[in-house]
Amino acid sequence: MNIATEASVYTPEVKKRKISVSQIIKYLVIILVSLTMVLPFVWMVSASLKAETEIFGFPIKWIPETFHWDNYTKVWTTVPFYLYYLNTLKIAVITTILVIINSSLAGYAFAKIKFPESNRLFFIYVATMMIPYQVMMIPQFMLMKQLGLVNSHWALIILGAFNPFGVFLFRQFFLSIPDELLEAARIDGLSEFGIYWRIILPLSKPAIATLVIFSFMHSWNDFLGPLIYLTSDHLYTLQLGIQHFITEYNTEYALLMAAAVSAIVPTIIVYFLAQDHFIKGVANTGIKG
Amino acid sequence: MKPRNKVKSKTIRRNRLVGYTFLLPNIIGFLLFILIPVIASFIMSFTSWNGFGNIEFIGLENYKKLLDDANFRISFINSILFMLISVPITLLISVLIAVALNQGVRFVKVFRTAVFLPYVTATIAVAAVWQLIFNPSLGPINGTLMKLGIDAPPGWLSSPSWALLSVSVVYIWHSVGYYMILFLAGLQNIPDYLYEAAELDGAGKISKFFHITLPMLSPVLFFTTIIGVINSFKVFDLIYVLTGGGPGRSTHVLVYDIYNTAFKQFEYGYASAMAYVLFLVILIISVIQFKGQKKWVNY
Repeated sequence: MNIATEASVYTPEVKKRKISVSQIIKYLVIILVSLTMVLPFVWMVSASLKAETEIFGFPIKWIPETFHWDNYTKVWTTVPFYLYYLNTLKIAVITTILVIINSSLAGYAFAKIKFPESNRLFFIYVATMMIPYQVMMIPQFMLMKQLGLVNSHWALIILGAFNPFGVFLFRQFFLSIPDELLEAARIDGLSEFGIYWRIILPLSKPAIATLVIFSFMHSWNDFLGPLIYLTSDHLYTLQLGIQHFITEYNTEYALLMAAAVSAIVPTIIVYFLAQDHFIKGVANTGIKG
Repeated sequence: MKPRNKVKSKTIRRNRLVGYTFLLPNIIGFLLFILIPVIASFIMSFTSWNGFGNIEFIGLENYKKLLDDANFRISFINSILFMLISVPITLLISVLIAVALNQGVRFVKVFRTAVFLPYVTATIAVAAVWQLIFNPSLGPINGTLMKLGIDAPPGWLSSPSWALLSVSVVYIWHSVGYYMILFLAGLQNIPDYLYEAAELDGAGKISKFFHITLPMLSPVLFFTTIIGVINSFKVFDLIYVLTGGGPGRSTHVLVYDIYNTAFKQFEYGYASAMAYVLFLVILIISVIQFKGQKKWVNY
């Protein structure tokens, strides 16, 4: 605002008017869209703190008359959220670690070791990224059944750990590291694994961060996987637990909203902690894909 | 000549060994859990297997059955409709907001976060909220409409003619942020000198948008359309929680049918055939887009 008035002293009248009209339209669009995005969240938090009778009052009361924090205590005592959190966390953490290890190893082979089938193999990897999950879903389930891993977290961890996208991401990143660096290390007598471990990986923190966030968010938010594989209540992930709560308590709206808020808080925290990496990751992988 | 060849083949052999050692953990998983399942479900699509007993090959019977399956046709049409509604609107809103945000706006980070927030939150929780917002008699949307004098507002998720549209609204709301980020990255790659040169030639704001921004953004636009179409075909969570495919079959889509056929009715062969039809549809649309890109994408 200050800048605009200061500038108007020096700039002619016409230009000032032109700027302000387009400025207004621009801010109108942005604010309108942003509000549409945020209002459902505000409504959800506000509803989660209301008395059941107050939720649907009209016009909408954004601030509850009295804050019903007990909605949260009720939800947390009827639903073993802590268990769902732990289950989800376990799956997400182990999957992410495994993805990082095997994808970076494979990405290194594709980017930095020249062997005849390398490109053809990589092409097969990339091609499978186009195939919808539904195409492999049934045989995967059969296989997991044979391995005795149905109704266990390991089915989800193993399936999540092999992700062509991770290999793709690392390969693209490793290609940007100059070969001369590796040549120098080879001359110094470093083994191939030594190069990967002591030179490439330390240089690849941005790629690792991107994949950590993606993989973590992906397993945290996954619904179809747990729906197929998990049948016992004590193994449920957060998403599956929430879904069961929704179908069972679909008339206790305040509790439902308290449950929903409890479920999304962790991802929002993770997002705020890592947002720059996350956004850069989306932008880079999106564009290069 | 000979010794050099020998050295070369030796390095190849060495590299191959090292290469495959690095690839080993991933390639085992890739073969077992991705490549073999993709092939296996193709083979299964020619059988009548239901998980028990012998596997019986029935040729193209599953695919023929799909052609006559009225329910499958409904799901197919719903999937296409869902794509036609949600992809263009999502892309339009996200381009608009990205272009607006790219013009030196105050509080960019706040706005960007606001738009991106739905994308990071779990679909299931988000669906629970929208279910209440869309509630026909009590929800805030119909509350507002009735206050505005509309006596019989639509039933949204519980109305067969509005349900698919309502799900699309939630889907668009959930995914705009993702595409906005892609467009923002694309916009930031457009070099400033292009705009400066255009200004020297006396180009206005609108002319700059149509002659520089849009052509320079066309590769991103192309990519986002492909991704957008693929993603729209894969919508499952939202439908499962918001409508369960109903009312009637009004929000049954392909992936929802595949899930039900496989894991509720245990018709693995038939479900595999459906999955391959889905794959084929995605493939055909992508190929058409790739062929069409030469006409409008600017590299």
